[in-house]
Order: sequence, then C-alpha cells, then structure tokens
Amino acid sequence: MAIRLRHPWRTVLAVALILIFALFIIDAARRPAYDWPSVAKYIFDRRISEAAVNTLQLTIYSMVIAIVLGVILAVMRLTPNPVVKSVAWFYLWVFRGTPVYVQLVFWGLLAVIYQSIDVGIPFMKPWFSFETNAALGAFTLAVIGLALNEASYMSEIVRAGLLSVNRGQEEAAMALGMSWFQTMRRIILPQSMRVIIPPTGNEVISMLKTTSLVTAVPYSFDLYTRSRDISAETFNPIPMLIVASIWYLFFTSILMVGQHFLERRFARGVGERRPDRKDGAGAGIPTGPLPVAGSGRPPVPFPPGGGKPPAKPGPGDVS
Amino acid sequence: MTDPSLPAPAKMAAADVPMVLADRVSKSFGTNQVLKSISLTVKRGEVMCLVGPSGSGKSTFLRCINHLEVLSAGRLSVDGELIGFREANGKLYELHPREAAHQRRDIGMVFQLFNLFPHMTALENVAEAPQRVKREPKAQVEQRARDILARVGLADRADYYPAHLSGGQQQRVAIARALAMEPKLMLFDEPTSALDPELVGEVLDVMKSLAESGMTMIVVTHEMGFAREVADSLVFIDGGVVVESGNPREVLANPQHERTKAFLSKVL
Repeated sequence: MAIRLRHPWRTVLAVALILIFALFIIDAARRPAYDWPSVAKYIFDRRISEAAVNTLQLTIYSMVIAIVLGVILAVMRLTPNPVVKSVAWFYLWVFRGTPVYVQLVFWGLLAVIYQSIDVGIPFMKPWFSFETNAALGAFTLAVIGLALNEASYMSEIVRAGLLSVNRGQEEAAMALGMSWFQTMRRIILPQSMRVIIPPTGNEVISMLKTTSLVTAVPYSFDLYTRSRDISAETFNPIPMLIVASIWYLFFTSILMVGQHFLERRFARGVGERRPDRKDGAGAGIPTGPLPVAGSGRPPVPFPPGGGKPPAKPGPGDVS
Repeated sequence: MTDPSLPAPAKMAAADVPMVLADRVSKSFGTNQVLKSISLTVKRGEVMCLVGPSGSGKSTFLRCINHLEVLSAGRLSVDGELIGFREANGKLYELHPREAAHQRRDIGMVFQLFNLFPHMTALENVAEAPQRVKREPKAQVEQRARDILARVGLADRADYYPAHLSGGQQQRVAIARALAMEPKLMLFDEPTSALDPELVGEVLDVMKSLAESGMTMIVVTHEMGFAREVADSLVFIDGGVVVESGNPREVLANPQHERTKAFLSKVL
C-alpha cells in the first residue's frame, strides 16, 4: 500500500484560520458595541418579525410577477414578429438602463404625475376612473417597482435558457406539426428550466436584499427600514444591523434549500444516471455499458410483410 | 416488392398523383445556391435513396419537402398539395406558419441526431404530437404509442428517458415518434450516420420493414447496402443538381456519370 501524498500546509492553514476566527468570536462576544443583549431582545421583537414577513412578501410577490413577465418578454424577443420583438427590446432598454432606486422614487411619485387613472377610450368619458392615491398603496407601488425592474433581468435569464436548447429540438417539434407556441411551451421552455433556475435563485436572493431600497417609494415596513427606525429611537444602530442580517441570512438559507430541490426536479432525463424509470419501479439501470440486450432486434412487424428476416446476427444483442 | 422491372426515374409518374413532385426546386442561402433546379418524382409506396457527397444539397432538399427550409424557386407538392405555398391567380403566396404546421402532420421526419425530447420518456416522446397536435384522448394515444414502440422492438423501454437508451434505440424511438402521427410520407435525414457501426443494423431493419409495409420513404443515406436491397430508386446529387438516377442496383453496379463513379468508388 503506497503512502498517499500528504498536504501538511492545508492543515496548517485550517488551524490558523480557525484560531483567527475563534479570536474574532471571543472578542466580538465581549465587545460592548455589539450589544448582544439588545440583539437578543430585538431579534423576535414584534415589529421586526412583522417587518421580516413584509420583506418576504415583497420578495415573493415581485419575483413571481417578474418571472412571469420575464418569460413573456423573453418569448417576445424570440418571436419572428419584429414589432413584438422591438417592444420587448424597448422595455429592457428602459427598465434595465435606469437604477432601481430611481424607478422606485418614480413609482412613489405616480400619484403626483397621474392623479387619477381612467380606463376607457381616449377623449371619451371613461368607463371607470379611480384616484391613484387611494387605489395604489405604498406596498403595491413597491411591488410594482421591484417587479418591473426585475422582469428586465429575468427576461435575459430566460432568453439565455431558451437559446441554450438545441435547435434540433425546435425542428423536431415543428416536423411533428406542432405550432410555434406548442413548441415553446412543451419542448423548449421545460428544457430551458435547467439553465434558468440557478441564476433565478440568484435573483431571488438578490431581490430579498433589494427590498431594502423600497424606502425610496417610501415604504417603511420592510426589515431594513424598520430596524433603522428602531435604532433611530434607541441611538444604538449596531445591534439592529445584526438583527436584520440574521433575518436576511435565515431567509436566504431557506431559499437556497428550495432552489436545490427545484434543480433536481428539472434535471429529469439529463445529467447523471439517476433512476432510469420514470415511476421509479423496477431495477435501476446497471452502471457500465448501456443495456441493449432483449431489445436488440426489432421483430420486423409492419404488415404486409414478405421480406426475409434479417440475415445478420443482431448487432444489438450485447449485454 | 423491389421489382427490378419497375424503374422510377423522374417524370415517369403514373396516372395517379405522385406522393412527391419536385419541379425545378432551388434553394439559396445568401449568395450560396445549394439546390439548382432539382426535379424529381416519388411515387406512392416508393422508397427513394438520395446519395451524394456532403454539402451536395441532399439534406437541404429533404428539409424543403416538409418546409423546414423555404424554397427560393420552383415548386414542390406532396400528395398533390403544394408545400409551403398557396397558389391563386397564377401567383404563389407563402402559407401562415399555422398552415405549414398543419401540412407537416402528414410528413414524418427522422433526423441524423435523433432530436428526441430529452425531458420526456420514450412513451411521452411518441405520444406528445398525437396528443397535442391531433388532440387525441390521452389513454388512446398511450395505448397506440405502446403498440408503435412494440413494433420497433422497444416495448420494454417505453418508460426510459432518451439519455438511458443506446443510439440505435433512440433512433428507433424517433421513428416511432414520427409514425405516431400516421404520416403518408417518411423522410430520413442520414438516420444511421451518428450511430456506432454495430447499432446501424437495428435501425435499418426497422426502416426495411417499414418499406415493406408500403410506406413512401425518402432516405438520405450513405448505406449503399440498404439502397441496393430496399430502395426502388436511387438519386445521386452533387453540387445541388441531380447527376444520375435510376434503379439502385443498376446505378451502383454501372454508374454512367464520372462524378457518380468517383463518389461510389470512395463509399463502396
């Protein structure tokens, strides 16, 4: 038995890092500025946990809208229709080309720009009309602002996913008589999910943190703004920052677990040799050469027959 | 069924409508003219092999037949129906993609690289188009898909994903997928070129039995043995033109044209 190559420096490095980290922890625990008792006191404070829920809601609502809109925009950009294509391009140009903070301020000023929203035919009496201020609260505007901005990024992610699918897939679907829309929905989109999900997970986590900008609307019940407001009363900002960070980290960790399971779901039929049967029943495929035995010779089945049976021995009969 | 006394050169169509009628078909990609006025006729039940060097335009011609490529000039009809265009007042109008998709239902195509849908099992691959395009009820389609898979010898592989099938098995699933639409014409674009040599036979056997069942088939291939044994006619294409055509045994044994001789001396 040969002696494996040793890596003494890895051990040294690990020990050194652990020591430094331990020192930092011990020091932090004793440093009064961190004010750990305050962290413990506020971490489950009612205002903070409610703000955490608000942040989660902002993230989920705006991401769901952004993903749906992103898929639509990506498909629009890939249609053969030049008009639809240009609309999608223009949307991307505007919403990706300006800072999300600026967009959020704009949405906050929506009621100033458009006092009322009328639905109907231009220059005619509107069918119905409502006051912008009354209809759209700060939370709704924040969701709209975040979602419309994010949709532009999502559309690029989805577009990359759609382009990653082999062109032969589209041709095969078309050759079967499937329409463009059927081809997209049944063939191209499901396959692109594998490419779309990892960066989308990235975007969700990024969105969780971008929600801290909604104070621009101004919406002030999200996690970060709320903890800033509390520290403005207590004159003690550091423990509140720690409290907010712990909540953000907690949500991020949950999202990462969710992403892991989504990726597994859409890895069907590709990647590593996982259970070969869809229903999971029966023996798995043995590793090694592909099992071709038992399915080698087709039984020459098309009526009306009359041809000689295949003369050569079955090339597929290897096991 | 391969009657040697039955020549099938172009322009000898019987009284009934030929399955495929190509009339001076041309196709250009930019300034590169790939097809230069190809005319040929495929009769009902005929098996035609298209052979020729790579880049000769034979695959492009095949893709024109189901309108995956749009003709630059000429006209092409399948079973008497003009493909990709509608004729009115002596003019040709391009069809809407929806109408073109409708025409493709009756024309099966098998690709060199199989192009199976990797996220679907073999059974789902076969059942997809009848279910979505023809809107057949699910249970009925599934039973029929299983029958067709059994016909290509893959009854026991119905629930496998393509990644877990050998190349030969994948191509047989691809043939089954095309047959599930009950086409009247089958196009094969180098169906065995991407296969390991020992898997070619199983695919050719399926194609042979399909030919014996009376299916009209156009096969782009380099398998001269298949052409000799199964095909009713052989067309040699080079540089975008039909150089020579006729009975496969005669053309292969005694090519008339220098280019045909040169090509065959390399592949036979």
